[in-house]
Amino acid sequence: MSYLKIDHVDKSFQRGAATTEVLKDVSLVIDKGEFVSIIGHSGCGKSTLLNIIAGLTPATTGGILLEDKEVNAPGPDRAVVFQNHSLLPWLTVYDNVALAVNKVFGRTKSKAQRHDWIMHNLDLVQMGHARDKRPGEISGGMKQRVGIARGLAMEPKILLLDEPFGALDALTRAHLQDSVMQIHAALGNTMIMITHDVDEAVLLSDRIVMLTNGPSARIGEVLDVHLARPRKRLELVTDRTYIAAREAVLKFLYERHRFVEAA
Amino acid sequence: MGQPVLKGTTAGATLVTLSGKSPEVVPLPAAPAKPFAAKLAPLTKSILVNLLPPLITVALILLFWQIAASGPQSSLPPPTKIWEEAKDLIVEPFYWAGSQDIGLGWRILVSLQRVAIGFSLAAIVGVLLGALVGQSVWAMRGLDPVFQVLRTVPPLAWLPLSLAAFRDSQPSAIFVIFITAIWPVIINTAVGIRNIPQDYRNVAKVLRLNQVEFFFKIMVPSAAPYIFTGLRIGVGLSWLAIVAAEMLTGGVGIGFFIWDAWNSSRLSDIIVALVYIGVVGFLLDRLVALVGHVVTRGTATN
Repeated sequence: MSYLKIDHVDKSFQRGAATTEVLKDVSLVIDKGEFVSIIGHSGCGKSTLLNIIAGLTPATTGGILLEDKEVNAPGPDRAVVFQNHSLLPWLTVYDNVALAVNKVFGRTKSKAQRHDWIMHNLDLVQMGHARDKRPGEISGGMKQRVGIARGLAMEPKILLLDEPFGALDALTRAHLQDSVMQIHAALGNTMIMITHDVDEAVLLSDRIVMLTNGPSARIGEVLDVHLARPRKRLELVTDRTYIAAREAVLKFLYERHRFVEAA
Repeated sequence: MGQPVLKGTTAGATLVTLSGKSPEVVPLPAAPAKPFAAKLAPLTKSILVNLLPPLITVALILLFWQIAASGPQSSLPPPTKIWEEAKDLIVEPFYWAGSQDIGLGWRILVSLQRVAIGFSLAAIVGVLLGALVGQSVWAMRGLDPVFQVLRTVPPLAWLPLSLAAFRDSQPSAIFVIFITAIWPVIINTAVGIRNIPQDYRNVAKVLRLNQVEFFFKIMVPSAAPYIFTGLRIGVGLSWLAIVAAEMLTGGVGIGFFIWDAWNSSRLSDIIVALVYIGVVGFLLDRLVALVGHVVTRGTATN
C-alpha cells in the first residue's frame, strides 16, 4: 500500500483560446516517512505540482491518493510551509501557531493541552523565546521557522515545503536545513520539498525527483540518495556518494535539460 | 502526541555556572541631577514648534477679520462684537436654562448621538456589504453599478424620502447619516478584501477555516487599513450631513441652532456654532484615525 500516490497528473491552464500544458503525466509514489525533493528549473511547474498535492490547485486529469483515499481539496493533513512564510502579520508568533492548532485540535484537545502543543512545536524550531513577537519584528529565518512550526503543529500526514529557504541567506538557510533534518529524524514525518538548490536537495532527501523543463514538464529522472543518516554537512563535502548524487542532478539540470531563457 | 522533544538542538550552547559569589547589583554612582530647566527645555521647544505657527495664523486671521468687518457698512460682525454678543455660548457650553435655551455643548452632544447611531449602522452594514462585493465576483457585478449611482446622490436629497418613510425627524436624520457614510465604507472595504494576499487565502484553505472564521480571522484584519480609510471618510461625511439634515428637521441639534439663529439674525451665534462644528469634526476624524492606528497595528508590517 502506497502512502501518497500522485496518479497520472496532467495540468493545463486555459487562458482565452490558448491552453498551456504545465504538467504532463506525472506519476509518483511516496512512502511513509520519506523525504522527497522535487527539483527543476524555475517555471517548470514544481510549485504547481506541490499545489496540486496540497489541493490548492485542481489537477486537470489524474489525482492524488493519500492512504488510498483521493484528496482534491486542501486540508491540514497536507500542511504547507509557504515560500514566503505566509504568517499573518497581525498575530503574534504564538497566535499564528495557535490559529492552526485551535482549528485542527479544537475538539480533541483541552485548552491546556493545546497550549502545551503550541509551545512544544515552537520549541522544536527554537522559537519559544519569541512567542509574543509579531512577524514584523523577527528575521526572515525566524519567520520561516515559525512557518515550519505551524505546519508541524497540524500534525500533518505529509508536510509540503514550497521552496522554504529560497528567500534566505546562505548561513540562515544552512541552519534551517539542519533543523529540518533533525525534525525529520526525530518525528519521522513524510516531507515533500520543492527546491532549486542542488546541494539542499542532496543533503536532505531520500529521493530527488527531477522535472524536465516546461511546458509539459514531466518527471525526467528519480534519484535515490543512499546516504546514511544523520548526515553531517561538513563530512559530506568529500563523501563519494554525495558527490556522485550531486553530479547526477547537476548533469540532469545543466546538460540534458538546460534552461532555455524564454525567447 | 508522544513525539520526542528534540535534544541537542542548541549544540554548543552549554550552560556554564559561575562558581564563587553570587552576582549582585552594583550601584552606579548617581548621575548628577539635571537642572529642572534643562529637562523642560525639549518639551517647551516641541510645544512651541507645534503650537506657535497655528496660533500665529489664527491671530492673523482674527486681526484681518477685525479690520475688514469694522467698517460701518460691514454686514458681518467682527470678532470683538462676537465676543460681546455670544460670550455665554463660548465660555459656557453646558448651561441649561429651559428646553431651547441650552449651551452649544448639549446641542453638539445631541447631534453626535445621531451621528453615532447612523455611522455605527453604516459601519456594520458597509463592512458586510463591502465584504460581499469584494469576495464575490457576481455580487460585484450586480451591486457595484447600483452603488456607484447611489453614492453620487447628495445626502439631503434623501431627506424628503426618509421623512416620508419614517414620518419622524429623528430616524430620518439618522437614515441620512447612514446613507451618506455607507458608500466610502463599502467601496474601501471591497478594495481591501480584493487585495488580501493569495497567501493568506491559502493558509485559510489549508486550515479549512469556515466562512465566519475566515471573515473574522483573515478578512477583517487584513483589510483593516482599507476599512479604516473608508470609516474616516464616512465619519467626515456624516458630520457634514447631520448639520444640513438638522437645519431642515429641527429639534435640538447644532444644525437647527444655526437655522434658528439665522431666522432671528444672531450672526455672532452662527459663527460660534461654525467653530464648534469645525473643532468637533476635526476631533471625530482624529478619533477614528486613532482607533484605526491602534487596531491595524502590525498589519502593515510584514
